[in-house]
Amino acid sequence: MIEHVENPILEIHDLTVSYDRKPVLWDIDLTLPEGKLIGIVGPNGAGKSTLIKAIMNLIPSNSGYVKLFDEHLEKVRNRISYVPQKESVDWDFPASSLDVVLMGRYGQLGLLKKPRKADKEVAMDCLRKVGMDAFAKRQISQLSGGQQQRVFLARALAQQADLYFMDEPFAGVDAATEKTIIDLLRSMSQQGKTVIVVHHDLQSVTRYFDWVLLLNLRLIASGPVESTFTQELLQETYGGKLTLLSEVSNLMRKEGFPHRELRKGKSS
Amino acid sequence: MKNLIDFFSFTDSSTRYVVLGVLLLMSSSSVVGTFTFLKKKALVGDAVAHSVLPGVCLAFMLAGNKNPVWLITGAFITGWISLYLIDTISAKSKIKEDTAIGLILSVFFGVGILLLTIIQHSGNAEQSGLNSFLFGQAAALVGKDLYVFGGVALVLLTTITLFFKELSLLTFDEAFARSIGLPVRALELLLTTLTVLAVVVGIQAVGVVLMAAILITPAAAARFWTDDIKTMIALAAFFGAVSGLVGTYISYVYENMPTGPWIVMIISGIAFTSFFFAPKKGILHKLFRQIRIKNKMNQENILKLLYQLGEEGKDFFVSRSISDITTRRPFPMRRLIKGLRTLKRQGFLKEKQRQWTLTKEGKLKGQRIVKLHRLWELYLTEYLRIAPDHVHEDAETIEHILTPELEARLEQLLDYPSVDPHASEIPYNH
Amino acid sequence: MMTKEAFQIILAGSLVAIPCGLLGCFLILRKMAMVGDAISHAVLPGIVIAFLLSGNRDSLTMLLGAGLIGIFTTFLIEFFHRMGKLQTDAAIGVTFTWLFAIGVILIDQFADQVDLDQDCVLYGEIAYVSLEQWTTSDGTMMGPRTLYVAGTVLLLVIVFILMGYKELVVTTFDPVYASAIGISTALWHYLLMAAVSVTTVASFESVGAILVVALFIAPPATAYLLTENLKHMMVLTVVIGVLVSLTGYYLAVLLDGAIAGAMATMAGVFFLIVFLFVGVRKKRKVQKTLLTAPEVIPKHD
Ligand SMILES: Nc1ncnc2c1ncn2[C@@H]1O[C@H](COP(=O)(O)OP(=O)(O)OP(=O)(O)O)[C@@H](O)[C@H]1O
Ligand SMILES: [Mg+2]
Repeated sequence: MIEHVENPILEIHDLTVSYDRKPVLWDIDLTLPEGKLIGIVGPNGAGKSTLIKAIMNLIPSNSGYVKLFDEHLEKVRNRISYVPQKESVDWDFPASSLDVVLMGRYGQLGLLKKPRKADKEVAMDCLRKVGMDAFAKRQISQLSGGQQQRVFLARALAQQADLYFMDEPFAGVDAATEKTIIDLLRSMSQQGKTVIVVHHDLQSVTRYFDWVLLLNLRLIASGPVESTFTQELLQETYGGKLTLLSEVSNLMRKEGFPHRELRKGKSS
Repeated sequence: MKNLIDFFSFTDSSTRYVVLGVLLLMSSSSVVGTFTFLKKKALVGDAVAHSVLPGVCLAFMLAGNKNPVWLITGAFITGWISLYLIDTISAKSKIKEDTAIGLILSVFFGVGILLLTIIQHSGNAEQSGLNSFLFGQAAALVGKDLYVFGGVALVLLTTITLFFKELSLLTFDEAFARSIGLPVRALELLLTTLTVLAVVVGIQAVGVVLMAAILITPAAAARFWTDDIKTMIALAAFFGAVSGLVGTYISYVYENMPTGPWIVMIISGIAFTSFFFAPKKGILHKLFRQIRIKNKMNQENILKLLYQLGEEGKDFFVSRSISDITTRRPFPMRRLIKGLRTLKRQGFLKEKQRQWTLTKEGKLKGQRIVKLHRLWELYLTEYLRIAPDHVHEDAETIEHILTPELEARLEQLLDYPSVDPHASEIPYNH
Repeated sequence: MMTKEAFQIILAGSLVAIPCGLLGCFLILRKMAMVGDAISHAVLPGIVIAFLLSGNRDSLTMLLGAGLIGIFTTFLIEFFHRMGKLQTDAAIGVTFTWLFAIGVILIDQFADQVDLDQDCVLYGEIAYVSLEQWTTSDGTMMGPRTLYVAGTVLLLVIVFILMGYKELVVTTFDPVYASAIGISTALWHYLLMAAVSVTTVASFESVGAILVVALFIAPPATAYLLTENLKHMMVLTVVIGVLVSLTGYYLAVLLDGAIAGAMATMAGVFFLIVFLFVGVRKKRKVQKTLLTAPEVIPKHD
């Protein structure tokens, strides 16, 4: 049920991630194809956001490795873009929509360089793509929740990356906006970009995505939507709590256990 | 030495009063500090401390003398105003609380300094001694001052005793306190008032600049020793009192030693000791626990390995040399030898001429680890859909942590399986 | 007409207020105002020790030492917070009171060796700016020494902010995103803290260790209420800083009190005016940031 692909754009090997020694993702093994629109589906607390953060190396992992474009993250950061779930920024920050989108160019610019005119144009263009060009000069707290979401999406677009991670870009947006965004993502994937989206609405999964991951503490399935998004696998993802697993996880935090005792030295 | 005896025999009646005063001030401020600490309002106390300075100065300017009742009233008023302003600024504008605290703290203190220097320049003969509010002057605590400040301290302690239940509920679980109908707003006002009063008395001992230490540090130190609020309060009071006593002693004995900073040094020392050495929560304890876990894993791995070797040869009680072990699994030599020795001492292994053999108990223990390892591998493949060639590493850890209770549930869940995903037999203890 | 002395004092005040305000903009936006407060107290022992070692004030040792002790303070706060699991506010409180106490004790101990006293710690010596002239080896009078020190630090701070503007902005606004695009939040965090420490030390002589906090926080907080654009906020902060210095000086003269105290008072007055007239608006929806200052660093790289 976990389908592997040749020449993957993303390869995850044996990844385990913990918060404060409590594992929340167990042994993820995964490869993903290039140029697809990919959905990550799972219940609350399943570890979807954690998976993306671990891929972006924003939290340390206990074991395993991640390869993007067959390289380590540091080498290809400029080709990757990430939209966090529900931005936890200070909305009173003195910045306009355009300022925020311009931040998408900072990664490419490197140290000491100021954004050039070209960067500003890219930023404006991205705002236009998400239909927010009229709000370019607005301070971000004066935008609605959905509009804020779109600004952060535009920031990701401004990175002009090849691989996008988006953590619930549809949360709290109306149907029309959702349609605009999904059309945008589609056209991006048609241009050969890979877009990985955390998604909660099971109704639309088959319509939106080419490929889907089912996640709940562990990877349950990964493959083309038609063959993977089945009743049985969904049952397994959303039903049946693994109480034993969570008890072991809690025990590890309580006892302060390291997750891996040794990196090498195999025997069994 | 003579000084020590002099000081602690309290033959000198003024020493006696000073000591008594400091003990009262320090313990009462520390007790109130425990509540603000638990309410995560520690730095607000710092702001109040700085903000009482203009009150003290204004009171002095208006009254023209250092009558403690006036000074306390002045301090109390500006202390309260500062709290009100912090709340208003962070509630009514986009300014965040920490900025509001820093703003009020520094501006009020600035006003206080301005007033203080005005008083100094005015040449009022009474003014000498106002400076002691800046860095504290416990030794000046005599006569009327002692009665007034000591009185306030007693009021503080009494109030806290009376409202102990309500206040602790308020700090631990405000929502719950509200839900059972406690007057949360009034209690918060009470706590605020107590904080201001605690600052007012505490600055006598350490001064406004370092007052934060008395509100925060004893409570922080106490937190490392206990989870129980009563014990915590008692400890904080004790730490506060001890540091007050020692600090006063130091400045009594040595010249040029300011009381306030020394009190803070002592209480900080107590706090750092607690951070590092407190049982359970101390930093060292955590480090030691890591070492213990490592040793335990190491020992269990040795038993497991000897068991596995026995499994292969169908005889568990064969003697093995160190190289027999290391060819199978590359243990670091020092750790291996240390583990072997410990296991021998504990009766899990026997040794004869550098040949090591499992005892019956050792075999049982090794067998349990092997069983847990294999059960967990099976669990991972069956319930987590992890490929059989990926489960080993995880099991290497989990085998050391599963409790007998979890073990039983695992067996039941997997229905007492006989082999693991690699077709190795799962040993049961029939 | 302004006397030369008055002019020099106001200039010194402005030279101190401007870098403080500029860095303060980032401090308050990062919700690190109290960390700034802590650092300004904590550098005191560093100043005294550097003084004892080098025998004078304007040595490079002092600025370097300050940078280090500022970073040490930040590190200590984080250490208690992470390793000891002590709540952040308490970690701040414990750390800075301890270091400040050491400073005061050292001053009292070595009173005859260091030209520092408690008054200087409390409100600096800006009134005596003109007294201490910088004289070159051939005897030319170059003007007040303090002005050169403060001016240099101002330049450094401006260069730092110009060069690191976009990194400072993005790590302040959205640290997680900054890490995701490969900008080290830890690096910029510590650089900012070092800059704050160096500025504190340079300002110490003029306004003392505590009132400098007013210059770090009050002008940016006032500007923050007035604008929604970061660059405008910084410009306004500079303007307010100069106004604080100007009006503070005259207030002090009028009342015959400490100039630094009067500057802090005026900073508060400006804030109050702005707060009353424009600050109290319908409170915006403020999404509480989950990350508080020292936790913004997801990992040390
Ligand atoms: N910073 C953290 N510290 C400790 N535990 C955390 C932290 N962040 C997440 N967790 C825990 O890790 C688990 C996975 O969280 P994660 O945010 O990845 O879930 P998710 O699948 O994104 O859920 P949602 O659909 O609600 O966004 C949860 O049990 C959560 O409680
Ligand atoms: Mg999530």
